[in-house]
Amino acid sequence: MLRLINLQPGRALKTALGIIPFLLILLTYQIGSDLRKAENEQDKLLPSFAEIAAGIDRMAFQPNKRTGEYLFWKDTQSSVIRLAKGISIAAFIGLIVGLAAGSIPIIAAPLTPLITAISLIPPLAILPVLFIVFGLGELSKVMLIVLGVSPFLIRDILQRTQELPREQLVKAQTLGGNSWQIILRVILPQTLPRLIDATRLSLGAAWLFLIAAEAIASTDGLGYRIFLVRRYMSMDIILPYVVWITFLAFSTDWCLLKLSRIVFPWYHADK
Amino acid sequence: MLENVNARVAKGEFVTLVGASGCGKSTFLKLLLGTEAASSGELLLAEKPIGQEPSSERGIVFQKYSVFPHLTVRENVAIGLEFDRSAWLGRLFGSKRKQALEQADEWLDAVGLTHAANQYPHELSGGMQQRLALAQALIKKPKVLLLDEPFGALDPGIRKDMHKLVLELWRKYQLTVFMVTHDLREGFHLGSRLWVFDKVRHDPHSANRYGSTITFDLPLRSQDTPLNTEELNAISKQLPRATINQIFPEI
Repeated sequence: MLRLINLQPGRALKTALGIIPFLLILLTYQIGSDLRKAENEQDKLLPSFAEIAAGIDRMAFQPNKRTGEYLFWKDTQSSVIRLAKGISIAAFIGLIVGLAAGSIPIIAAPLTPLITAISLIPPLAILPVLFIVFGLGELSKVMLIVLGVSPFLIRDILQRTQELPREQLVKAQTLGGNSWQIILRVILPQTLPRLIDATRLSLGAAWLFLIAAEAIASTDGLGYRIFLVRRYMSMDIILPYVVWITFLAFSTDWCLLKLSRIVFPWYHADK
Repeated sequence: MLENVNARVAKGEFVTLVGASGCGKSTFLKLLLGTEAASSGELLLAEKPIGQEPSSERGIVFQKYSVFPHLTVRENVAIGLEFDRSAWLGRLFGSKRKQALEQADEWLDAVGLTHAANQYPHELSGGMQQRLALAQALIKKPKVLLLDEPFGALDPGIRKDMHKLVLELWRKYQLTVFMVTHDLREGFHLGSRLWVFDKVRHDPHSANRYGSTITFDLPLRSQDTPLNTEELNAISKQLPRATINQIFPEI
């Protein structure tokens, strides 16, 4: 008998074991829903799967009676655009500032304490400030993501840049590279896959900030919708929206990983 | 820490630097490289003071991390040319790039890496990576080639091949080489001149009070004839037994 720590599940078993918890959750939900429905036909807390399907149909495949829009897709579009803008700007700032500070000590000296301090400000605490300064429109929501995520990205890229073996930089100098050339050809390309890593890690936080901003002041978006229908206890809409948001987050993460593997094969070599 | 070091090396010499750890041989190489500066005294390269930071006059091969993981083997060698020929981007395009890559191929041929030209460093073995690091350094035609325990992490068989290659390159291109090594036998085998670094004075209460210096400066051979075992033994007899035991207890 092998020790428990040496017992490796086979491929098929591993997949099965991975799926089982999800099935259990669905089953538990179904039982819970049935029990509540048996007691009260009108129960809204745990809608049946049929009701959820109807909710999805209403939001995604029927035009809204008042506006004629397909709300689910409209919400998705608005949220994804905000998220994409916020993440892209944050990644750009993270890369430029992190790279500059990581490669040039004289830039790191004044920036490092500042970035550490900024990264400790809870972004949601300054959300009111953003609303006051940037108004209630798109800008403040994007800015919340940028402010929330970029300090983390800057610090991560800064650290990754400084982790590059000193030998490589010396070698590049003996090959005749000046500072700019070395940053461009040696440091930057090795930082890009790390930027993707860091961005993937920050997606969760970015969604959090997006949904918070939408919940407080917005007229569309996934976060806006679930907070809106909460007033009517519309779990049949909230639940599919949550699953959809999870799916979007998961697929973004997966796409970034794939992209990184294709573009930076050397980075994923020893992993 | 080093003190009282005074030496002159001619073009084409292959100097091997040996000694116990902490004897200053690596420090001396860093002085040559320009990553460390001497607090006093002068270091001249071709009658001119050596630069305070690394430059293309001095090529280097470290024990590891000498190659760029994100570039293919050819690109790793060509980058030295690209730095020279493209001031702003450090990158060549079109026919200029092709030309640089072709030049890189010549050096890959010289170190026996032609078959791996389009692979990434992580696909190469340790020995092949060191061959690549050599090609990278040599394409810049450095005035001196610095080797910092370049074969220390390699298997004995591979190391032997690398010794052959280094001697071959040294003769063919009349390189001036400084090589730090832990391995006294390697130092004897490769060098045309052997420097032993050691402390002359010891303060029993403060180990770092006195610095090291070059305690032995042995000419080993002419450039063309490698030493045989008897010659090696004869030379090692020139070193006082006590010194050898102290520096290299394993021999």
